[in-house]
Amino acid sequence: MLFFVEVVISGLTAGVMYALVALGFVLIFKASGVFNFAQGVLALFAGLTLHGLLTGTVPFVHTVNPAWAMPAWLAILTTIAIMILLAIVWERLVLANLVNQEHIILFMATLGLAYVLEGAGDIIWGSDVKVLDLGLPQGASDYFLDTFNLYVEKLELFAAATAGVLVVVLALFFNKTRIGRALRAVADDHQAALSVGISLRTIWVIVWSVAGIVALVAGIMWGAKSGIQFSLSLIALKALPVLILGGFTSIPGAIVGGLIIGVGEKIAEVYMGPYVGGAIENWFAYMLALVFLLFRPQGLFGEKIIERV
Amino acid sequence: MFYREAGEFKTSYAADQAIFPIPQDRWFVLGLVGVAFLVLPWIVNDYWTNSILLPFLVYALAAIGLNILTGYCGQLSLGTGAFLAVGGYSFYKLTTAFPDLNILLAMMLSGGITAGVGMLFGLPSLRIKGFYLAVATLAAQFFIIWLFYKVPWFYNYNATGQITVPPREFLGVLITGPEGVNWAKYLYTLTIVAVMALVAKNLARSAVGRSWMAIRDMDIAAELIGIRPLQAKLSAFGVSSFYIGVAGALMFAVYLGAAESGETFGIQQSFDVLFMIIIGGLGTILGSFLGAGFLVLLPIALELVLVEGLGMHTGFAEQVKFILLGSLIIFFLIVEPHGLARLWQIGKEKLRLWPFPH
Repeated sequence: MLFFVEVVISGLTAGVMYALVALGFVLIFKASGVFNFAQGVLALFAGLTLHGLLTGTVPFVHTVNPAWAMPAWLAILTTIAIMILLAIVWERLVLANLVNQEHIILFMATLGLAYVLEGAGDIIWGSDVKVLDLGLPQGASDYFLDTFNLYVEKLELFAAATAGVLVVVLALFFNKTRIGRALRAVADDHQAALSVGISLRTIWVIVWSVAGIVALVAGIMWGAKSGIQFSLSLIALKALPVLILGGFTSIPGAIVGGLIIGVGEKIAEVYMGPYVGGAIENWFAYMLALVFLLFRPQGLFGEKIIERV
Repeated sequence: MFYREAGEFKTSYAADQAIFPIPQDRWFVLGLVGVAFLVLPWIVNDYWTNSILLPFLVYALAAIGLNILTGYCGQLSLGTGAFLAVGGYSFYKLTTAFPDLNILLAMMLSGGITAGVGMLFGLPSLRIKGFYLAVATLAAQFFIIWLFYKVPWFYNYNATGQITVPPREFLGVLITGPEGVNWAKYLYTLTIVAVMALVAKNLARSAVGRSWMAIRDMDIAAELIGIRPLQAKLSAFGVSSFYIGVAGALMFAVYLGAAESGETFGIQQSFDVLFMIIIGGLGTILGSFLGAGFLVLLPIALELVLVEGLGMHTGFAEQVKFILLGSLIIFFLIVEPHGLARLWQIGKEKLRLWPFPH
């Protein structure tokens, strides 16, 4: 029983990590209908930039100049600034030219962005695995170990707390601020939003900036967990089942979907994996999501699909 | 004479329904095919066959397959890599189990097996649409690759987990294996691709193709006018997978010679083929060829320019290549979202007015 609880908890914490990536997807899809495949690479790029700034790596040369090393808060702020800049450039150069195109074209454009960022991140910051040291708590949590005899990573608890805070902040941002209202209006109906004077282009910059910041958070968490490396860009693939399970348009859906996928995956790996030869985590999440989809084609929390001729 | 339909008097339905109604088009394409069949086999060398022509033809076939599903029927699929793998592994199992089996027949059978698998994974498309379906096809991608990796029966229990093609002849000439004759490899692939492209073109113009396009444009409306979504979608999945399966068998047996499930048929393949049909043009057979040509030649050209021309370090050039490839894809999407085939069409329309544009 204790073992089962441990499995569930490790599934939940893994799920939170997936949800962090899925959140970025949902934000962009909600506001612009773009299926942003580059979210994982954004996380990688943000993580690389943060690491570079923290250690004082000289861009393009990959040597470390300790005099350039920034304190953590400044490095994070600078990275956020860079992500916002990236959002502005991306909107100006690409999105503005692809208004009213089909979804699949925009999806492809984000794949192009993923290529560019992957190459750029590599050239600017080097391709070695980087250890991100932000002083995040590491090791097992004493409280859980002493009280319940459970092994829980501190970092994962921290990630869960961060995800919680992030969702609350995003919910407040969406529901209580002017910009948030504008965002929801755009998500509801592009044309109607335009006609009441909401600037689509500003909204897009904001949404992509917020997604960039969410990507930074995901990059920090994943970076602290397993180092910043190329494979980080592949976590996008991990977030997709979460996304379709929870629904493309729902922020709570991303979290709940993440938790379901995380727990389901861990339980399957532990109790089913040995019988089929293991390594099933690659596809199990997708199959799980597929089964859910057969009953609810719009995901658990997605908006009901109403089709008319 | 000038390039236009005016003055072309059709006297039979067959002439009216021709794929290329304008004689210049007809002659141009015939000439191109003639050169491909009669001239190129004499002059191809090892590099041209294995680095340019074979990948181009194989990817073009895969792109036609995906175009049938995504371009004509509107069902976005990211499982191409897995279906290529099914084709490749089926061919491997067939040709090792029945060494005397004609390889053309074996390839068609591999295509048939892939069609069955594709229809199975196409079933969810009846309920799931758009990007939800795309992610659902990723389930096929990861599951099938995992299966080929985990079940030793698929790679005949060999120690490496790789599959290597045994030498096989076709009409008395060695086609597969490391000793395969270059011109024969090329001609064999070219024949299959040409015939299948012609079939695809005609399929797309037939009642089946029209039902696919109706489903693509609006599935509910299509249902109301009497098209059965089940049959239209599953036939699209089936035909598309058949093409991709044959492409997979060709890729494994003729082009690469050896394969490993995750390495050769990974998710990257799915994206590459999707890129091809989008850059080339969704819903056009010509676009599949143009897109495949573009994405096969571009990396080679970039490599040449960056490494040989500018003397860059290979690792560095690799990354620059990534950036340029990504930028070029975005650039093409912005300039012509309907793909290279659309540019071609615009060119032809201009030509139709030339030299009297007013």
